[in-house]
Amino acid sequence: MTRTNLSNTDWMVKAQDMADAMRLRGFDYVMRSNGGYLSQICSSAEIFAFLYIHAMNLGPSQAPMIPPAFAGVPGTDNPDYVSGGAYNGVPTAEQDRFIFSPAHYALVLYMALIEVGRMAPEGLDEFNKDGGTVELIGAEHSPGVETTTGSLAQALSQAGGMALGRRMKGETGRLWVMMSDGEFQEGQTWEAIQALSFHKLDNVCVIVDVNGQQCDGPMDGVMTIDPLAAKINAFGGHAVDVPGHDLQAMAQALAEKPKGKPLFILARTDPTRGVPLLKERGAALHYLRFSSAAEKAKYQAAYEEMRGLGN
Amino acid sequence: MEIVSRPHVENFITWSKDKPEVVVLSADLTNSCEVGKWRDTYPDRFFSMGMAEQNMMGFAGGLAREGFTPFIHTFAVFIYRRAYDQLAMSVAYPNLKVRMMGFLPGIVTPGGVTHQAIEDIAIMRATPNMTVLETGDATEVESVLDVAQAIDGPVYVRFLRGEMPRLFPRSEPMVFNQARVIRKGRDVALLTSGIITEEALRAGAALEKKGVSVTHLHISTLKPFTDPTVLDAINEVKYGVITMENHVVTGGLGTAVSELMTDHGLAKPLVRLGLQDTYSHGASKAYLMAEHELDAMALVRAVEKLMNVTLNINQADLDQVRIEAVHSDAKAEAL
Repeated sequence: MTRTNLSNTDWMVKAQDMADAMRLRGFDYVMRSNGGYLSQICSSAEIFAFLYIHAMNLGPSQAPMIPPAFAGVPGTDNPDYVSGGAYNGVPTAEQDRFIFSPAHYALVLYMALIEVGRMAPEGLDEFNKDGGTVELIGAEHSPGVETTTGSLAQALSQAGGMALGRRMKGETGRLWVMMSDGEFQEGQTWEAIQALSFHKLDNVCVIVDVNGQQCDGPMDGVMTIDPLAAKINAFGGHAVDVPGHDLQAMAQALAEKPKGKPLFILARTDPTRGVPLLKERGAALHYLRFSSAAEKAKYQAAYEEMRGLGN
Repeated sequence: MEIVSRPHVENFITWSKDKPEVVVLSADLTNSCEVGKWRDTYPDRFFSMGMAEQNMMGFAGGLAREGFTPFIHTFAVFIYRRAYDQLAMSVAYPNLKVRMMGFLPGIVTPGGVTHQAIEDIAIMRATPNMTVLETGDATEVESVLDVAQAIDGPVYVRFLRGEMPRLFPRSEPMVFNQARVIRKGRDVALLTSGIITEEALRAGAALEKKGVSVTHLHISTLKPFTDPTVLDAINEVKYGVITMENHVVTGGLGTAVSELMTDHGLAKPLVRLGLQDTYSHGASKAYLMAEHELDAMALVRAVEKLMNVTLNINQADLDQVRIEAVHSDAKAEAL
């Protein structure tokens, strides 16, 4: 696979290694599962690596390496409900919080947790299994997940409320929100941006996987969202377009964070990154489903090649 | 009967004084929901969210996660109709302590179909983790705050504004999941909630004069609905049960009573007065109550039906209806 050109900075080497490892593990998993959300891993691996290796200030995980069984939905009669946010540490005043918006990226998040040592690789055995917490589209008991956001575009508002609450308590930690570009088709996202701006919640940082793909296919054929950065800026946010596999560019965007405005890093990504074979699928990138044994064999060969490069 | 003007305005300010965790979110209906003075008193705890209820729900959930108890003040329809997915996923599922004060319940507003919350109880009762309360007078508007704040989870309140009667003494505040026994009798059990209780009281003396013995319960907790007082009242009457609510007859008080009776194998006739699977329109409260058979006369007819009698009660026999001045000072400033 193609490797990003790196500067000599240590964290970037580490983060790129992490992104590569996420793609490899994800590809392996999808092959063994006979299909899955591969393009999301390809597009967002660097985003998660940037967040977990560089951007977010998190404490050590407070959760078991092998995720526990599902212990029931939240409620007054269920005091044992454990937040998946425990995988990102105990919230303190100084530490950042991770709010995961596109719950359909759950597998990518689990891959990230494994690569940073917050979840055991064996935890993936629980993925999409009955009675487990490592759900297909996570909820707030799933590893690394603090809010329930499978109904898309609800996380930014929730993060806004948390940011407001933290500011009232004098906490200095930030809210990091990972979003997908399709969520900018929802009206609630724009409601949230105008409110973050109106209340000057600059303790919110958003990074968006702008991979141009959604369930029905390329976004340009479903509902365009561009010019995304200009729209966000017009709503009072501060948006920066960056090449989405360029760790240094993401770090630079973070450095130019303005006062009084939420930051949006728009990572323009390639949903076939690392697996160019996916380009043959044309529009059908959202979920990889093999149409024939021959197609699967081609992907298996591509996986073997990626693994060879890794070695 | 004492008529109280805008009790929430001062009461909520006083009540919030020693509760720094209480914050208010408003969606451009601040004075309409009687929290304009609250905003001016506690500007650091008041957050204007603009006309954007979906986002407001998320902010409320986020604030609750950080230990605050947001009191959302807006019209009921914009809580459960406009932002239901957000309400369910960002607030109810995580069982967060968000208090939703839903103004303009049922047909109290001339604002018409867009402003009339007629199926809110049904939807909120069907929402897991949700507690559903309804206020029927000034004492309840004042005391519902303590009831709501004691609940470890989301609460939806059907709230009243403007001029309202004080039916119940201040010394008898609303109690969670406890019906008020207004009258005890042997023939018919009558259950009312919200503004309907005041209306039903108009028929009380007339029915008594005709020898009809009614047990009248006022209900302010619609979910949970497990108060044994209700079951006892239904058990003790001879002819049957009447529910009367400012809501569609599906999913509200009538349904809750029906479910309770079924669960306990109580086979008695039940007459459910309320909006009969219909939307309403913009008109005065009194006009709409008569149109939808939610007035005292409709109650008399329901009693006649249950007991299979003719009571010969006419409008003149009923207590006088209270007419609110359309442009009084007590009226909230805007729709």
